[in-house]
Amino acid sequence: MAKIKYHMLVCGGTACHASQSEEILTKFKELIVSKGLETEVQAIKTGCFGFCEKGPIVKMMPDNTFYTQVKPGDCAEILEEHIIKGRKVTRLLYQDPETKERISDSRHMGFYKKQIRIALRNCGFINPENIEEYIARDGYLALGTVLTEMSPEAAIEILKKSGLRGRGGGGFPTGLKWEITRKVKAAQKYVVCNADEGDPGAFMDRSILEGDPHTVIEAMAINGYCTGASKGLVYIRAEYPLAVERLKIAMKQSREYGFLGEDIMGTDFSFDIDIRYGAGAFVCGEETALIHSMEGLRGEPTVKPPFPSESGYMGKPTNVNNVETYANIPVIFNKGADWFASIGTARSKGTKVFALAGKINNVGLIEVPMGITLREVIYEIGGGIRDDKEFKAVQTGGPSGGCLTKRHLDTPIDYDNLIAAGSMMGSGGMIVMDEDDCMVAIAKFYLQFTVEESCGKCSPCRIGNKRLHELLEKITQGNGTMEDIDKLRNLGTVIKDTSLCGLGQSSPNPALSTIDNFLDEYLEHVKDKKCRSKVCKSLMQYLVVPDKCIGCTLCARNCPVNAISGERKQVHLIDQEKCIKCGACLEKCKFGAIIIN
Amino acid sequence: MEKIKSLADLKKMQENLRAKIELREKSNDPDTRIQVKVAMATCGIASGAKEVMETFIEEFTKRNIDAVVTQTGCMGYCYAEPTVEVTKPGAEPITFGYVDVKKASRIIDKYIINNELVDGIIPVNYQSIDKN
Ligand SMILES: Cc1cc2nc3c(=O)[nH]c(=O)nc-3n(C[C@H](O)[C@H](O)[C@H](O)COP(=O)(O)O)c2cc1C
Ligand code: SF4
Repeated sequence: MAKIKYHMLVCGGTACHASQSEEILTKFKELIVSKGLETEVQAIKTGCFGFCEKGPIVKMMPDNTFYTQVKPGDCAEILEEHIIKGRKVTRLLYQDPETKERISDSRHMGFYKKQIRIALRNCGFINPENIEEYIARDGYLALGTVLTEMSPEAAIEILKKSGLRGRGGGGFPTGLKWEITRKVKAAQKYVVCNADEGDPGAFMDRSILEGDPHTVIEAMAINGYCTGASKGLVYIRAEYPLAVERLKIAMKQSREYGFLGEDIMGTDFSFDIDIRYGAGAFVCGEETALIHSMEGLRGEPTVKPPFPSESGYMGKPTNVNNVETYANIPVIFNKGADWFASIGTARSKGTKVFALAGKINNVGLIEVPMGITLREVIYEIGGGIRDDKEFKAVQTGGPSGGCLTKRHLDTPIDYDNLIAAGSMMGSGGMIVMDEDDCMVAIAKFYLQFTVEESCGKCSPCRIGNKRLHELLEKITQGNGTMEDIDKLRNLGTVIKDTSLCGLGQSSPNPALSTIDNFLDEYLEHVKDKKCRSKVCKSLMQYLVVPDKCIGCTLCARNCPVNAISGERKQVHLIDQEKCIKCGACLEKCKFGAIIIN
Repeated sequence: MEKIKSLADLKKMQENLRAKIELREKSNDPDTRIQVKVAMATCGIASGAKEVMETFIEEFTKRNIDAVVTQTGCMGYCYAEPTVEVTKPGAEPITFGYVDVKKASRIIDKYIINNELVDGIIPVNYQSIDKN
């Protein structure tokens, strides 16, 4: 059998499908047969290329030629020219919107350049349980170079120059933090890796530890050398068993190869790492609470200052950094501060990993340069909103963040812009919402989370958030007043101003930002007693359409609370007092006679 | 394992290992090694990646195909787990999504043996930094 020489990949994603990709595929298959090319050319349907805007897409392999907006009428020409004569069909090549240049190799297209993998460089590429594969990809080279060729001060200078800021949420400049810890005089210091990752829906840190544990170990050792610490601690939640296991394997290998332990790589620097387990409390991600938890005390935050850099674990200077922050560090030393600083915006350098979730086509983990817009992330990388629904909002920063709207679609994503827009970077959760999501209910969901996770140490957070949650509950039940919206605003602001730790200081954000950006939805709930997304059950009414009801009694028999009455062959009626809005009747009715009002 | 005693040691070791990996990745001899990487993060394992990996290993041994099956971390395509990346010598890597035990056998029959593609390919939409 002859070996296939060409693969024609026809996009079978939802959007391209809607624009005739199926016909294109059929057409290609017919043409291949009619030209007798079955043994050489194969046309195949693939998943979404994510580039739906210019669909349908046809990609030719192995030469990577990328044809856009292909019509069934173009198929004959593509086959004739590209495959038989070996010439590209220029008019169908992707045109760069800015330079107007026709680009044939998809690897040079703006879209495919949108993701850059620094922190995730080895995830999905190497075997995380094999240290040799890590070494082959420059592993431990940064550590070796720093230990042998640089003073701690010089290494810190590089880090400062790179502009790297903490990826755990706060965005504090990493080099500066190391410098502060270095300057504190103490016989014993610690470096800590914060792998608590408590944001609902976030899994960036877990993926890094599962996919590339050595990078974290290497960066922690560099941190130890720079700050003057000989001991590292990884605080990881016990719910991440696989990450823990891979980390343990990596630590063992690292010791065997001499990257951890005494006199690392022939220098007089010694460093080792221990693992500490968290029980999965959100507040334990906060660095002071984390430290107390590691000390065996209650996981409660304490007032800063003193900062951990001055007095942390066991009262000793402690440098806390996030997993993703660490994952960037070896690359910065290998490729240089200038290279790193060339990626991103003026005050936010490098990339950020996001866990893209919610009502989006391509749910997954992405790493994008700072400064990319939400529109690019959602529509180009994320493949747009699922089921062609309308985009409503995107939540960033988890329970501490806020909701951004259509207005913000073209805002470049970086630490400062997100804060200016009323949200925050957070650790990288990004949840996309569509027209079916009720923003009041979303705010309530996050508040519920905060109320459960508040440690209860200070009253604005412990009591205030509970009150916020009650107010939101009242509004979603249709009992809210205009005064309640004002109360939400005022109380929210007070909680932010007076809480002890970052949890309370940011917990009102989901409520405040939805009030700012979706006031009309709050007003509808309060004034019209309506929930346009049909989420708030108390504001819904299940009704029988008399014209359509034939009196089959099916609904009445299925209603769990006997709220439906009516004789056989008579129009039925739903008792709104009794109805619990479970929707059983709507589901069962074969005549479309039940509607939601 | 002899410990690495200096930066020069490390670089030497890296040189050797890199050559090994290069051989694996860029080999032009079509009869030698084929690389199969199974994404085995929590998401992949939850959707059956372990069984898929075992299938690959078993089938390769049974059919006497010289291939390397490795596990790797999350590739980011969590919506399409389990995902498997297949690199044939001299060809660009191809990522397959929604791979179950059955599909694993189909990938071997169709793509690995015959160079035909199988449904469910995920277009690679990122570049690694080392290509910059
Ligand atoms: C309520 C709360 C939860 C936090 N959770 C995390 C977390 O899960 N992971 C993390 O790295 N940082 C978390 N932080 C931020 C840490 O306090 C700390 O700033 C961070 O670990 C510092 O590392 P970085 O500078 O590398 O970002 C949290 C902060 C607060 C207030
Ligand atoms: S703000 Fe909340 S979580 Fe933080 S210390 Fe106060 S009660 Fe505890």
